[in-house]
Amino acid sequence: MNKAEQTRARVEAGLKRRYAAERRFRAYGLGAVLLGLAFVVLLFSTLVSQGWSAFRQAYVTLDVQYDAAIIDPEGTRDTATLSTADYAALVRASLKARFPEAQSRQETKALYALVSSSAAQAVQARILGDPSRIGGHERLTFLANDRVDQLLKGRIDRNLDEDSRSLTDQQVGWIDALAADGALSLHFNKGFFTQGDSREPEQAGVWGAVVGSLFTLGVTLLLSFPIGVSAAIYLEEFARRGKWTDLIEVNINNLAAVPSIVFGLLGLAVFLNFFGMPRSAPLVGGIVLTLLTLPTIIIASRAALKAVPPSIREAALGMGASRIQMVMHHVFPLAMPGILTGTIIGMARALGETAPLLMIGMVAFIVDVPKGLSDPATVLPVQVYLWADSAERAFVERTSAAILVLLAFLIVMNAAAVYLRNRFERRW
Amino acid sequence: MNTANPPVPENCSTVGVVTVENAVLSARGVDVYYGEKRAIKDVSVDIARNQVLAMIGPSGCGKSTFLRCLNRMNDTIEGCRVTGSITLEGQDIYDRSQDVVPLRARIGMVFQKPNPFPKSIYENVAYGPRIHGLAADRVELDEIVHTSLQRAGLWDEVKDRLTQPGTGLSGGQQQRLCIARTIAVNPEIILMDEPCSALDPIATARIEDLIDELREQYAIAIVTHSMQQAARVSQRTAYFHLGDLIEVGETDRIFTNPRHKLTEDYITGRFG
Ligand SMILES: Nc1ncnc2c1ncn2[C@@H]1O[C@H](COP(=O)(O)OP(=O)(O)OP(=O)(O)O)[C@@H](O)[C@H]1O
Ligand SMILES: [Mg+2]
Repeated sequence: MNKAEQTRARVEAGLKRRYAAERRFRAYGLGAVLLGLAFVVLLFSTLVSQGWSAFRQAYVTLDVQYDAAIIDPEGTRDTATLSTADYAALVRASLKARFPEAQSRQETKALYALVSSSAAQAVQARILGDPSRIGGHERLTFLANDRVDQLLKGRIDRNLDEDSRSLTDQQVGWIDALAADGALSLHFNKGFFTQGDSREPEQAGVWGAVVGSLFTLGVTLLLSFPIGVSAAIYLEEFARRGKWTDLIEVNINNLAAVPSIVFGLLGLAVFLNFFGMPRSAPLVGGIVLTLLTLPTIIIASRAALKAVPPSIREAALGMGASRIQMVMHHVFPLAMPGILTGTIIGMARALGETAPLLMIGMVAFIVDVPKGLSDPATVLPVQVYLWADSAERAFVERTSAAILVLLAFLIVMNAAAVYLRNRFERRW
Repeated sequence: MNTANPPVPENCSTVGVVTVENAVLSARGVDVYYGEKRAIKDVSVDIARNQVLAMIGPSGCGKSTFLRCLNRMNDTIEGCRVTGSITLEGQDIYDRSQDVVPLRARIGMVFQKPNPFPKSIYENVAYGPRIHGLAADRVELDEIVHTSLQRAGLWDEVKDRLTQPGTGLSGGQQQRLCIARTIAVNPEIILMDEPCSALDPIATARIEDLIDELREQYAIAIVTHSMQQAARVSQRTAYFHLGDLIEVGETDRIFTNPRHKLTEDYITGRFG
C-alpha cells in the first residue's frame, strides 16, 4: 500500500463516525427545537382556552321606567338634582317588575345582584344626555354581574349543590328565564379594551394598564435608547482602552445581572423619597426601567459597533472624515440593525418587568385610565399580577386575557423592530 | 511655500540620497513604536512632487507602518507612538496645532484591501467632496464624481449603475473606485498600500497606467511586493528591512546597481 492509498483508507474508516456524529447532533437540535415549540404551544393553548372567553361578556336587557317621582320629584330638572338621583332604584324597579315573585328581603337582594352596579351609571347617562326622557321608558342593555357571566360561560357548575356555588337555585332560575327571553346573552366585551381596572370583575378592563405600559415604555425608550447608544458609541469609538474602560465594562456587565427589584428600591429611594416625584407615575416607572434596560442596550450596541469592519473606519478617516462623521455616516448606520435588536430585547424585558414597579407604587389599584406621565398608573404585567391575586372566579379568565393582550403588545413591538431592522439592513 | 529640505540627521545609515529637489513631504529620523516594539527605526526620506516613490521590502519590515505615519492613520491604533518629524511643505504634521482632518484631505490613502463604503457608487465618490464642502451644488458634485471616476478609468464600466452599491463591484473595480474616491478631494499626495495585491494582471495594468497619469499632478508613495511593478511605475525606490530604511535611490539605479548587500539579495531573489 502506498502513502496515498493509506491516507484514503484512513479517511474512509473515519467517515462513518463523522457522519454519525453529525446525525446525532442534528437529532439533538431538532429535539430541542421541538421541545421548545411544545412549550410555546402549551402556553398559548392554555392562555387562549382560559382567556378567550373574557373577550365576550354577558349583557342583560331590561325595560327601565324613567320614573319622575324617583329621579326628580320636584320637577326642577336642574343638573344637580338629576346627577344625584337614585338611578339604582330604577334598575331595581325594572328587575322587580320583571320578576315580581321575589318578595323577601333576601330574595330581592339576590335578584338585584344579577345586574352590575354600573347599570345605575348607564341610566344616569341616558337621563343627563336628554332629560326629556323622564317619564318615559326604554329598553336598556346593562352589564350582567360577573357570576351571571360565569354561569353563562359554563364556568359555574349549575349541577353543584346550592351551598357550594355562588349563585342560588332561584338566581339560576331567573338567569335561565332571562336567557330564554333573549334578554340575557354574551356579546363582544368592549369594556375590557376601553376601561381601567375595577373591583367588579365585569367592569374591569385592561386599557388603563395598556396605556400605563405605553407611557412607561415610551419614557423608557426615549431615555434608554439615546443614553445607551451614546454610551456605547463613546466607549467603543472614542474612549481610550485602559483601566477605567475595563472597570466601566465590568460594571455594566454586572449591572445587567442585578435583580430588578434592586432597581425598584433605588427608584423608591432616589426618585420618590429624595426628588419627591409622584408615586405610581409612568414617568418614574419609565426612569426605573431605563436603569434596567440600559446595560442590555449598551452591551448589544457595543457588540454591534464592534462587528462593523475596521476597514470602513479606516476608509472614512482616510478620506478626512472627523471621528464623529465616521461614526455617524458609516459605523452607526451599519450597526443599527444590531442596536435595534438589543433595544427591542431591552424593551421586551422592560415590558414584562413587575418587581421594580411594585416598589414605586405602580401596584396601586387604579380605576382611571392615565392621561399623562405623572398620573397614577399601572402596567400590564402588574395588572396580571393584581388580577391573578383576586378571589373572584371571573378574574381568572381576565388574567389570561390580560396576558394575551401583553403578548399581542410584545408581538407588535417585535414586528416593528423586525421591520425597522430590515429597512436598515445593508450588506457589505 | 517653504520647500527647503529639513536637514538629514547625522547618524542616518541609509545608503543613497534620501533628499530630493522638490520635496513635498519629508520624514526625518522617524521612529514608530507599537507599545514597546520598535517597528520603524530612524527613517529619513523625501517624497517629491510629480514623482512615484516605491517602497519595497520583505513582509513585516514596516512598509505599511511607515506609509500610515505619513497621513497620521497610525493615530487610530492604540499604543502606536511616532517620534521624529514629518513635514508637509515645512509644516510638522505631528505638531499639536496640526488638525488631522484637513491633513488627510491633503494626503489621501488607498488601502491594501479595497474598502468601498457600503453605499452607492455615486455616494462613495461624492463622500469626500461632501464632507469637505468642495461642491457648491449638485451639478458641481456630479461633475466631480464624473471626472474622478473617469480618471480612475472606471466611468465607462459604472456610468449606468451609479446608484448601485459600490460593494457589488468586482475587486479590481472596487480598488479603482477607492482611487476615484481618493482623488475626488484633490489631494496633494496619494499613499497607496499594495493597491494591486488582489488584482489580476489586466486590472493591475490599468491601475499602473492610472498611477503614471496621476503622477503628473500628485506626489505618490506606493508600497508593493512586486519588483516589476516598482520598476514600472516608480522613479525612486526605497528598500526597507526589519524597520530600517536600507537604501534609497533612482529606481533604475537600485535595480541595476544596488549598493547595499541586503538590497541586492532582496532584488535578486535571494531573500524574502
Ligand atoms: N497594530 C499593530 N500592533 C502591533 N504591532 C504591529 C501592528 N501593525 C504592525 N505591527 C508590527 O509592525 C511590524 C511592521 O508591520 P507592517 O504592517 O508595517 O509590515 P509590512 O512591511 O507592511 O508587511 P507586509 O508586506 O506583510 O504588509 C511587524 O512586525 C508587525 O508585526
Ligand atoms: Mg503592509
